[in-house]
Amino acid sequence: MLLEFEKPIADLESKLQEMKDLAKGRNINLTPDIQSLEDKIQTLKKETFQNLTRWQRVQLSRHADRPYSLDYIYEITNDFIELHGDRTVKDDKAMIGGLGDIDGRTVMFIGQQKGRNTKQRQERNFGMANPEGYRKALRLMKIAEKFGKPIVTLIDTPGAFPGLEAEERGQGEAIARNLKEMFMLKVPVICIIIGEGASGGALGIAIGDKVYMLENTWYSVISPESCSSILWRSWDYKEQAAEALKLTAPDMKNNGLIDGIIAEPLGGAHKDMQTMAKTIKATIIEALKELDKIKHEKRIDQRIEKFCAMGVVEE
Amino acid sequence: MAWFKRTDKGIKTSTEEKKDTPDGLWFKTPQGNIIHTRELKNNSYVCPDDDFHVKIGSKEYFEILFDGNKFKELDTEMKSGDPLNFVDTKPYKGRIAATIQKTELNDAVRTAVGKMNDLDLVVACMDFNFIGGSMGSVVGEKIARAIDYSLKNKIPFLMISKSGGARMMEAGFSLMQMAKTSAKLALLEKAAIPYISLLTDPTTGGVTASYAMLGDFNIAEPEALIGFAGPRVIRETIGKDLPKGFQSSEFVLEHGFLDFIIDRRQLKNRLTTLLNLLRN
Repeated sequence: MLLEFEKPIADLESKLQEMKDLAKGRNINLTPDIQSLEDKIQTLKKETFQNLTRWQRVQLSRHADRPYSLDYIYEITNDFIELHGDRTVKDDKAMIGGLGDIDGRTVMFIGQQKGRNTKQRQERNFGMANPEGYRKALRLMKIAEKFGKPIVTLIDTPGAFPGLEAEERGQGEAIARNLKEMFMLKVPVICIIIGEGASGGALGIAIGDKVYMLENTWYSVISPESCSSILWRSWDYKEQAAEALKLTAPDMKNNGLIDGIIAEPLGGAHKDMQTMAKTIKATIIEALKELDKIKHEKRIDQRIEKFCAMGVVEE
Repeated sequence: MAWFKRTDKGIKTSTEEKKDTPDGLWFKTPQGNIIHTRELKNNSYVCPDDDFHVKIGSKEYFEILFDGNKFKELDTEMKSGDPLNFVDTKPYKGRIAATIQKTELNDAVRTAVGKMNDLDLVVACMDFNFIGGSMGSVVGEKIARAIDYSLKNKIPFLMISKSGGARMMEAGFSLMQMAKTSAKLALLEKAAIPYISLLTDPTTGGVTASYAMLGDFNIAEPEALIGFAGPRVIRETIGKDLPKGFQSSEFVLEHGFLDFIIDRRQLKNRLTTLLNLLRN
């Protein structure tokens, strides 16, 4: 599956492949041509990806080939044991978590999980957690705190699930409780938006000492489509809404609402998952090194102060 | 023959100039009961015939709760900035200015400290008239500072919520107000200062998913709409009609997320009793 702006690049890439096959099959020397086409592709890629509109980044964040939480976790860890259930209602498969190691150090991973095909997407509820998902996440955070393990959350959700049972079981209360409890966690908490960061459903696992966004992700109070439908009373203004919401990683960094941006491989995270996972891993290690130096009381104070400084008012 | 005969010719009053009927001497409830507004006011804005709770704002709640309507208001001058230069069909700045003029409020929450039956109480009360009671930086910051006041002076905190949720025009900033207010409530909890959250009609979205649901005591007025997702969104998601009474106060109480439902006429005395039970 290709996005509109990926197509010209893919066309050239398939031409390049043809050329390479031809050279190999007929044993002709096409090296200069191949070289020039490769340069051309590289230039086009750079041009395209350095000038992405906000809406195009939203599209990339939802790319069908984009790596999901478990993809990264299995790539980053040597050992990983997935843990299930909120101990009250059920196991929410839109929210995953477990203990894993990063170069020998144990970390509690928690994240929303999307599905790759129709069956998986249904099973994972499109990455939209129910209250039991947020409660499962909190249960795992408390285990991490108890055993002194740092927490890494991976955020990728189009929102908390707006369903009937979700309301009956207190979606609002589940998210609210996580917000409050996460401020008081004694262990370091690192949050990374790896895809979509939609509103309260994202924030419900995104209170951390360090909050990062991958380069081609979005994080805001509402999706551009819903914003368009509410403020413009039409679904057709999603591009304008994306611009107005300033929901990209550079926007959020400029506004002081996140701590950093994690660079993606040229063409997006899905073009080179291994490299992406390596960069994420390096970022986590670096952040932990810094956070380990701070006493937990001070870390909690700093976490609270950081979020309390967010907002612009006139008086 | 025509039923009516126009005697004055050439009446061309433009719509803006047309005079409204004088603002309600009488109020009609959804059930059709009619009540004089003075009587309504004396009855905590509840219709005595059918117990209908009229939607009211901070002015009325302060009047109901604070002894002799005496209180000290906090951060009265705080107004919204426009950090994103947000423009949809109208610029956000213009929307704010127009709403301030129309409502004579500076934003969607007012905070105050005063006495309720001689007990000190900090109250933050939302105003739905101000852009649907939406939560932007001002709402978050004023609530945060009201909680700071509670913390510093060891005074119980009452939050009266009435909101459609986050304020889209402040996007990411608005989202982080959920975090900010929850952080302050975590500190209040640590200091063991009572926090009562009163949910009124309607309380939805990011407000439900942060401070409104975090009370030591969550209470609500009767028949208020309380939920995370709005009913329309849920209906569209599940493709089914919603059961009667879904997301009402009574429904939320039944499912275990409220401590009790309170008739507004008893609000002041019940809150006093609750706080006294905690003190003694």
